[in-house]
Amino acid sequence: MITIEQRAEFRKHFRNNIASRMITDKVIKGIVFGCVILAIIPLGSILLEVVRNGAPVLSAGFLTQPPGAVGSDQPGGIGPAIQGTLMLIGMSSLIGVPIGVLGGIFLSEYGNNRFGNTIRFFNDVLAEFPTIVIGLFSFAVIVLTLGYFSILAGTFALSIIMLPIITRTTEESLKLVPVTIREAGYALGIKRWTVIFRILLSSAKSGLITGIMLSIARIGGETAPLIFTILGSSDFFTGFDQPMDALPLRIWRLSLLPYDTATAQGWGAALVLILIVLTLNIGVRYLFLRKRGGGSRFRITAGV
Amino acid sequence: METVKLKGGSPLFDKIFKIAAAVAATYILAIIALIVFQLVSGSYQIWAQEGISFLTGSDWNAVEGSESYGAAPYIAGTFVTAGLAMLIGVPISIGIAMFLAELAPKFLRSILSFIIELLAAVPSVIYGLWGMFVFRDYLRDWIEVPLNNALGNNVFLFSGTPFGLDIFTASVVLAIMVIPTIASISREIMIAVPNSQREAAYMLGATKWEVFKMAVIPYSKSGLIGASILGLGRAVGETMAVTMLIGNATGPQAFPTSLFGPSQTMSSIIANEFPEASQGSLHMAALIGVGLILFAVAICINMVAQLLVSRVLKTHQGAVLA
Repeated sequence: MITIEQRAEFRKHFRNNIASRMITDKVIKGIVFGCVILAIIPLGSILLEVVRNGAPVLSAGFLTQPPGAVGSDQPGGIGPAIQGTLMLIGMSSLIGVPIGVLGGIFLSEYGNNRFGNTIRFFNDVLAEFPTIVIGLFSFAVIVLTLGYFSILAGTFALSIIMLPIITRTTEESLKLVPVTIREAGYALGIKRWTVIFRILLSSAKSGLITGIMLSIARIGGETAPLIFTILGSSDFFTGFDQPMDALPLRIWRLSLLPYDTATAQGWGAALVLILIVLTLNIGVRYLFLRKRGGGSRFRITAGV
Repeated sequence: METVKLKGGSPLFDKIFKIAAAVAATYILAIIALIVFQLVSGSYQIWAQEGISFLTGSDWNAVEGSESYGAAPYIAGTFVTAGLAMLIGVPISIGIAMFLAELAPKFLRSILSFIIELLAAVPSVIYGLWGMFVFRDYLRDWIEVPLNNALGNNVFLFSGTPFGLDIFTASVVLAIMVIPTIASISREIMIAVPNSQREAAYMLGATKWEVFKMAVIPYSKSGLIGASILGLGRAVGETMAVTMLIGNATGPQAFPTSLFGPSQTMSSIIANEFPEASQGSLHMAALIGVGLILFAVAICINMVAQLLVSRVLKTHQGAVLA
């Protein structure tokens, strides 16, 4: 903000040394553009290396078989990890989506008060929360209570992680629905909850799906909370009271093994994971966000 | 006479629905409260045994009989890596945000913002894998070894034997990971600066950079600080990439002394040692205690950041419309 005194000063300043000011401007523009390049290089390098090292490992067997003995000639595959990640995504969505959508409806339709503001605030705080703490929490609540590591504990942790994202995007997309559409519903004598379900949710559909898909992309890459909850395993799903495997967890374990075959498999698993995550993100962007002119309302975040 | 049946049943459903929605929203508050409760009760044992020396001590001995735990090195390690990541990441992020909000032509703007956001979508464990097998070698050969050769004997920061799995590598990868968060929020905040501010500066004959310096920065300062703190929150809680890259020292050796030495953060010690801790042991209580400290740090950082960012985006969006 510029005061009148400052303005006079600026005027005096701007009349002089135009040449050097233009040079400063050019230099800064160059530096700033350099920053953008600097940020793009790692992304390019990551994508390149993941594809270069991961692609040779990919095969039908790699995607479907269980892992073989550590360091042996038959390294097996990552079948259980893929199964585990898909199951975790499905089961977490079963808990996270309904609660998140309902919470978002509350914030948008009934939340214009102090209570709503409090929830909105803590929702945003939870969205940026260290997920390892949520993993510890799920360990204490589910694993210690039940007495075994299981996919249930992992589901609980991941549903907490996806919840704030869905709540936020649901609220944002419901708020975009014009008041006139609501009023049209009320004018027909329709009850409020029917208006919300039949009119608002269908108008805000694309925003809702965007939020859900982004949150799935996020939890798909989560590793830290899984260490304490599903533990990791080399077998396919055998029951809700048994440890499970998941892609990010498998990548971590493989990266710690001192065998070249394990490292190669780690890259292969990373390729599968990054394909899932990026497909969801790019798909969302392509299908839904473009229509509304940029998706700044929905921030993409990665699993920790 | 024809009767018109109003859709939606009795007003009772309205009430029930509202209550259900309120319960769903309250679930978030309940979860946060439960997290606090569980972390406190799970780590009670260690606070009873070690007291304040859990925060200040540096021993980490899990051998039964001579158990002793101190989290100071990991607290220090967390702040050093996160701080270094901020030193590297914040200027670059603000530069990116400036380019995207002020300089870039329209067609580049959306493509570049998307690419930056994709950087945020890459899972942490893949950053770790990339850092471990690709980036570490470049960093060691091109930056760490030359710096160590030139300054290693005189400046303690650059002493030690660069191996690549150390504080420096972890911090640089952390910086890469927080850049998209800080850059995209900063960009939103800069876009929210009313054009009248810029026009006033242009009218005085300012160049683009001068407009940015005297009209955009002062107006968006608190929001930019908020965005950076939000990035700090991410860096503090980041687990997998750091665990894979920091070298995982324990005990007094974990104190960060040289940039090229191994260390440990709060989240990485939990991830590393948890599989070895038996349930109900003091070791487990110590790890949950570290989790409690991490929780306290992260919630403070996040609350400050949310207050700063939301206030700026709210009031300034109003100003843009007006």
